[in-house]
Amino acid sequence: MIGLPQLYALAGAMFAAFALLGLRDRSNPKRRGNAAFWGLMALSFLGGDRIGDLGNGVIVLALAGLAGTGALGRGAPAVDGDARRAASNRRGNRLFAAALIIPAVALIGTFAFPGSGLVDPKQVTLVSLGLGVVIALSVCFIWLKPRLVEPLDAGRHMLDSVGWAAALPQALAALGAVFALAGVGTVVGGLIAPVLPHGDRLAAVAAYTVGMAGLTMILGNAFAAFPVMTAAIGLPLLVKGFGGDPAPVCALGMLSGFCGTLMTPMAANFNIVPATLLELDDRYGVIKAQIMTALPILAVNTALMDWLAFR
Amino acid sequence: MLILIGIGVIVVGFIARLNPLAVVVAAGLATGLAAGMAPLGVVAALGRAFNTNRYVSVIWIVLPVIGLLERHGLQERARALIARVGAATPGRLLTVYLVFRQATAAVGLIAIAGQAQTVRPLVAPMAEAAAERNAPIGHRTRQRVRAMAAATDNVGVLFAEDVFIAIASILLIKGFLEANGIVVSPFGLSVWAIPTMIAAFVVHGFRLWCFDRWLAGGAK
Repeated sequence: MIGLPQLYALAGAMFAAFALLGLRDRSNPKRRGNAAFWGLMALSFLGGDRIGDLGNGVIVLALAGLAGTGALGRGAPAVDGDARRAASNRRGNRLFAAALIIPAVALIGTFAFPGSGLVDPKQVTLVSLGLGVVIALSVCFIWLKPRLVEPLDAGRHMLDSVGWAAALPQALAALGAVFALAGVGTVVGGLIAPVLPHGDRLAAVAAYTVGMAGLTMILGNAFAAFPVMTAAIGLPLLVKGFGGDPAPVCALGMLSGFCGTLMTPMAANFNIVPATLLELDDRYGVIKAQIMTALPILAVNTALMDWLAFR
Repeated sequence: MLILIGIGVIVVGFIARLNPLAVVVAAGLATGLAAGMAPLGVVAALGRAFNTNRYVSVIWIVLPVIGLLERHGLQERARALIARVGAATPGRLLTVYLVFRQATAAVGLIAIAGQAQTVRPLVAPMAEAAAERNAPIGHRTRQRVRAMAAATDNVGVLFAEDVFIAIASILLIKGFLEANGIVVSPFGLSVWAIPTMIAAFVVHGFRLWCFDRWLAGGAK
């Protein structure tokens, strides 16, 4: 049966290839740092189940150390703009069709695989995604006839431009687990629950959605706010207390956090970087343009959760 | 209350512009220690959680395909598609861009557009040109048009990306719920993002319509 282990092997092999290719990229002055970072990710994906919790913990510390000391860099792009424009005109909109193979296979597989006995039923979507990548890659090899290492090299360049941020969601998930272990959500919930009117469902829903937006504004990242607020209010009050469906509670909770993302300078990538790119006099100009969109959507999310999660 | 030190570490770290990955790991260590765990126990707990949440990073396996297609001009194709839209007003142009951004993000194509990829080189200049079509515009109006272009990109991508089943935030939710003994499928989560995507289109589309009215009404 195909499940997460095979998918992790595929991803681990890819990270290992990125590390090796990166080591040969002489245009990147920090290539050893990049190779070490992706090499550690490869070790985690290929051997994470065999090196024990402490071994994995050392990987986390090493990744954070490499990122914190600025050990990662990026090399020069391999293809110039003129060649890309020429290729783009030649290939036309079929490029979109090739890119859509992955989501299409992921979606079809999600519905076709359960019950087939071939795929771990809990992981159909991710396995289908992996299958989509393999199919798309095969099509690209036939159609575009790249050199054998070209897709890996192109992928490595993209991942190098993402850099350490590629490991951030996974690290935030780990932080959420430590928060849960230490009972951070319980403490935050203990601060909020007493001020909520007893038995008022809408007030509890609003405390969760507005809390997600507020904590996201403080932390600058909805991923970091999610485990705290969901352990504080989402699970204990909305799911266990009022019997809410956890899927819409969590999905709409995360989207409420995104409303906070639009309203905070802490989310620099979204709000401060474009103000600089567009040479705005006011570095909060983008945030000011977003507030009157974010607040109504936050209200809509609150209403949707109150309606959809408790039917 | 000492347990909340992790949140403090993150806030201070971001304000001091330290590396977020290092700050997040430091926040985890500080929280574990504040909860009375042994130092090696905290490291092991972080490692265990990092290992069980690996599927959050599995999405990067799409990069070789997307990277190869970008080398063959995928981004240029996206730009050509947007450039062909000769909408008469900034509001209408940005509404079309909003639809484009939502439709592509909802199928996982997050990085084919963005502030650096499309807004700065293309969408903002086109919106400015549309605003200037009838009469010259002042400095402050120009700045508002640019800010609105950037805002439209953010609104488009943020409220549509969760409709895709294998985006990091959906996988993060799945991992969190699994750690709490609740099993949900990514698809079971992402369908609940569709109403908000529609709401985002309605709310921001209305604001863009108002923006056009404001411009037409003699904005300075």
